Amino acid sequence: MTSMKLTLAAIALIGLSACDSNSSMGGLGKNGGGSGNGGISQSALDPASIAYFNETIGDTVLFLVDQSTLTPEATALLDRQAAWLLDNPQNSVTIEGHADEQGTREYNLALGARRAASVQNYLVSRGLTDARIRTVTFGKERPLAVCSDEACWSKNRRSVTLVTGGLGS
Amino acid sequence: MKNLIKLIMIATTGLVMSNASVVAQSKPLRIEINQGVIEPMPIAAPKFVAKGNGSQEYAKQITSVIVSDLAGSGLFREIPASAHISDINNFDAPVQFADWKAINAQALITGSVKVSGDNLTVQFRLFDVFAQSALGDGLQFQASKGNWRRMAHKVADAIYARLTGESAYFDSRVVYISEEGPKNARRKRLAIMDYDGANSRFLTDDNDIVLAPRFSPNNKEIVYTSYKSGSPKVYLMNVDTLKQRLLDEQPGMTFAPRFSPDGSHVVMSLTEGGNTDIYMVKLKNGAKTRLTSGTSIETAPSFSPDGQQIVFESDRGGKQQIYVMPTSGGTAKRISFGKGSYGTPVWSPRGDMIAFTKISKGRFHIGVMRVDGSNERLLTASFLDEGPTWSPNGRVIMFFRETAGASGAPAIYSVDVTGRNLKRVKTPSFGSDPAWSGLLK
Repeated sequence: MTSMKLTLAAIALIGLSACDSNSSMGGLGKNGGGSGNGGISQSALDPASIAYFNETIGDTVLFLVDQSTLTPEATALLDRQAAWLLDNPQNSVTIEGHADEQGTREYNLALGARRAASVQNYLVSRGLTDARIRTVTFGKERPLAVCSDEACWSKNRRSVTLVTGGLGS
Repeated sequence: MKNLIKLIMIATTGLVMSNASVVAQSKPLRIEINQGVIEPMPIAAPKFVAKGNGSQEYAKQITSVIVSDLAGSGLFREIPASAHISDINNFDAPVQFADWKAINAQALITGSVKVSGDNLTVQFRLFDVFAQSALGDGLQFQASKGNWRRMAHKVADAIYARLTGESAYFDSRVVYISEEGPKNARRKRLAIMDYDGANSRFLTDDNDIVLAPRFSPNNKEIVYTSYKSGSPKVYLMNVDTLKQRLLDEQPGMTFAPRFSPDGSHVVMSLTEGGNTDIYMVKLKNGAKTRLTSGTSIETAPSFSPDGQQIVFESDRGGKQQIYVMPTSGGTAKRISFGKGSYGTPVWSPRGDMIAFTKISKGRFHIGVMRVDGSNERLLTASFLDEGPTWSPNGRVIMFFRETAGASGAPAIYSVDVTGRNLKRVKTPSFGSDPAWSGLLK
């Protein structure tokens, strides 16, 4: 499983380089572009794939303690998510809202819902239709990182945009 | 479930030794539990007399559960059998008070256990050793053998009531969330157990996340939150038949449900468009009334025992705080004013206090305050203490405590409302979100 992920990540990196016309690996890029031998990496490289969305664009937005307002980093990432979703109208998304463990269960459910709605509202403001976006809160039920300090808590205060439908689903 | 436990009184007169002069007491033997008992009352509970074949083991176990209930309350201390001078071999023979006085037992419990076929008969009497008199009439409970633990709890309840002057809490259950697996992939199941952790059994499998169950006033149903549909929704379940149904079919995430004291309504949170408010649902027809509005978070509602008011938490003032509003909705009054955040308020069954979770300086506390917010007292402190629930008599609070770190996990604890007698309630796996039933009938 881990090695599989690593492979995908590596392919995604190559994909990025290949897209970059100013890449110092121009020769390789040219070769890659001309040969069309994408048999191995085709699905991961495909910019319309969910793997591309998850790993190249990024599915996770982070929040400050007890906050649901979007940071500049968050809006920059959501701009890219919105652009991808506008390019791939066949896909829908579920936005998961999460909280860290430093709160009570009910409050964290409500906070997770606020975070998910924040992301939803932003994507809608970028031209996505409401109908393509579903939100769900997990409160503190599904932490990503399991330590009990800020290093982990900052990773758990998040929203995750899950793409469904369309290519590679 | 036909869990009928028959109760009859048995005569006590004539049991008191005729040659002993009965000391007239101005006051009955009583332990005052208001201020927090510092010195538990010493009691003797010699093994109940086993009557007939097959009664031995029941007599032993029943006596042990009674002692464990009473000693576990922190109000009583058992004088161990090894210190006893005499035995009780005949339930109906006169009591040798001198033998019990000599070992400083203030109260003496005697009893008998008889098995006949599938049925069990438990009798007991309670004595004030120093006054050399019976405290109340003897009582007899009859039920099927499978109810032996409940019969023991009923005996302990009766003794607690006589010695404290208050109703007890031993014959009660707790519905909770059983947890297994790693912290980032916990598997949660609804479970129910006796108040002391015995007889734990699952009510659901671990396919979906389930949260925060609460009992109906008749203890037959629970409301809880499940991710069965993919997002959090409130469900009702009959704890005997396990039949469940979705409470509200309309869109929106729903959670934090609680029954009204008359069982006719459920109050809960509903989230739409990222905004969480409190709604009331009439069980008869599903009619839904909105009780709060605005963009703040309103959640964790709990009724006053008279059904007239609802205590809840809100961040309308910028931080999680506790508010009280009329059951019809309308103007809410803030009652928590200390430093930190306050959540999960629960009204005491006696009506006099609110239990809550307080978060202050990175620590979590279980605390109580009067219903007007005065006299705040913190009972516990740890990395994460959360989710108080009251014993049926409003004297004990159960909650869950989660430990820190990658291997951190929750366990259920109880503490007296005085802050004394903190102890863990043993569950087969990790446990969280306990909710105490009322006294069983």
